[in-house]
Amino acid sequence: MSVVRILFSFLIFPGFFFTAVVGLFLTWIDRKVTARIHWRVGPPWYQPYADFLKLLLKETIIPEGSSKVLFLLAPVLGLVAMSILAVMLFSMNFNPGGTFVGDLIVIIYLLALPPLGIMIGGSASKNPLASVGVSREMTQYFAYELPFLIIMASIILKAGGAIKFGDIILAQQASGPFLYSISGVIGAIVILLSTQAKLGFVPFDIPEAEQEIMAGPYIEYSGVALAIYKVVRAMMLFLLPLFLISVLWGGFGNWWAIPKFLLIVVLIILMKNTNPRVRIDQALRFFWLGLGVLSVIGLVLAVYGL
Amino acid sequence: MANARLWGLKKSPWVFHVAAASCNNCDIEILDILTPRWDVERFGIVLVGSPRHADALLVTGVLNRKSLPRVLRVYEQTPKPCLVIGVGTCTCDCHIFTPSYNVIGPYDKYMPVDVYIPGCPPKPEAIISGVVKALKRL
Repeated sequence: MSVVRILFSFLIFPGFFFTAVVGLFLTWIDRKVTARIHWRVGPPWYQPYADFLKLLLKETIIPEGSSKVLFLLAPVLGLVAMSILAVMLFSMNFNPGGTFVGDLIVIIYLLALPPLGIMIGGSASKNPLASVGVSREMTQYFAYELPFLIIMASIILKAGGAIKFGDIILAQQASGPFLYSISGVIGAIVILLSTQAKLGFVPFDIPEAEQEIMAGPYIEYSGVALAIYKVVRAMMLFLLPLFLISVLWGGFGNWWAIPKFLLIVVLIILMKNTNPRVRIDQALRFFWLGLGVLSVIGLVLAVYGL
Repeated sequence: MANARLWGLKKSPWVFHVAAASCNNCDIEILDILTPRWDVERFGIVLVGSPRHADALLVTGVLNRKSLPRVLRVYEQTPKPCLVIGVGTCTCDCHIFTPSYNVIGPYDKYMPVDVYIPGCPPKPEAIISGVVKALKRL
């Protein structure tokens, strides 16, 4: 019985299936809002599902000279990580005092797996443009991860040294969300911008810059493998705002989470539509010298309880 | 299964733009149909950067000895099923370049072409109508 329940929670709800369906719907919202900002009509609601179905049923080409196993398994890495992350986030938020032990550290590692999958897949595909994309992805990963980790440290400090995810949510339920303080606002800004870079949305879509390096690491992917990458991206669009709500805005165990979630998603989409793409060195400087300093200030403020 | 495949292909044809030595007019008209005025994303049509992602190839320009191997290579790189749509009179009958020594005739001598859209350049409405006809033929 418990095996069936575990399989159900990983594969159907809130794991792979549910997250993928909601995430694909969010990508439709993203495309529709983008279209309305351009004064266009935009695609119909079933568009992401049609894209996904079409890619699933198309031919998958493995490029000559590439590493076949790595090329085909790399997309799955991100998919597995995001399914596990969905289960962890939901079980922690709806049952924060439960015995299911999940640390913030585990979640940080799970969030690191999709970029790793992109890097492995791009490197395995034996394409020069993919290598350029991979090197940019790697640089950008190191760029946004530094301020993100410093903010994670300040969140652990604010939760009184609790590293367990459920304890962080319980601490917020006891004494109000961390967001309502100066260091909390700084943390929200840093996590929001890191989210933008993790999702590969426009100011930081340097790795897959379509106009320069033609989709970068994804360039050789077709059919099922590309579909998996698309769905991983969609799941991240669903899970990263939920993660932000869990660590800073009091968790999403109640109905108030829905307007919070929509606000964050709309902020991400608006940022995407009102910014030009930056260069990789500009992104690195922005994340290390700009947000890095900001997040250290946030950490110091968190030490003094502000 | 076949129905689902057809539905997916009809509802989200991703387009790769193969500019095979055209004079750029057709290319500009193709970019026109992606602008807010014509907005082909209504039909799920998206311009993609890599032939591996594409379901339809929009070829423009008169086919010559230099561009033939490149166009064939792009066609082979595209996962099947894929549509080939010739945009502009040059693709149909070589237009004013027919007597040139370097021109080797329309595309369907060398690869299957689903629909030709004549015009120099064709109007954006004509391109959309041609794509719709190609999708209906599936």
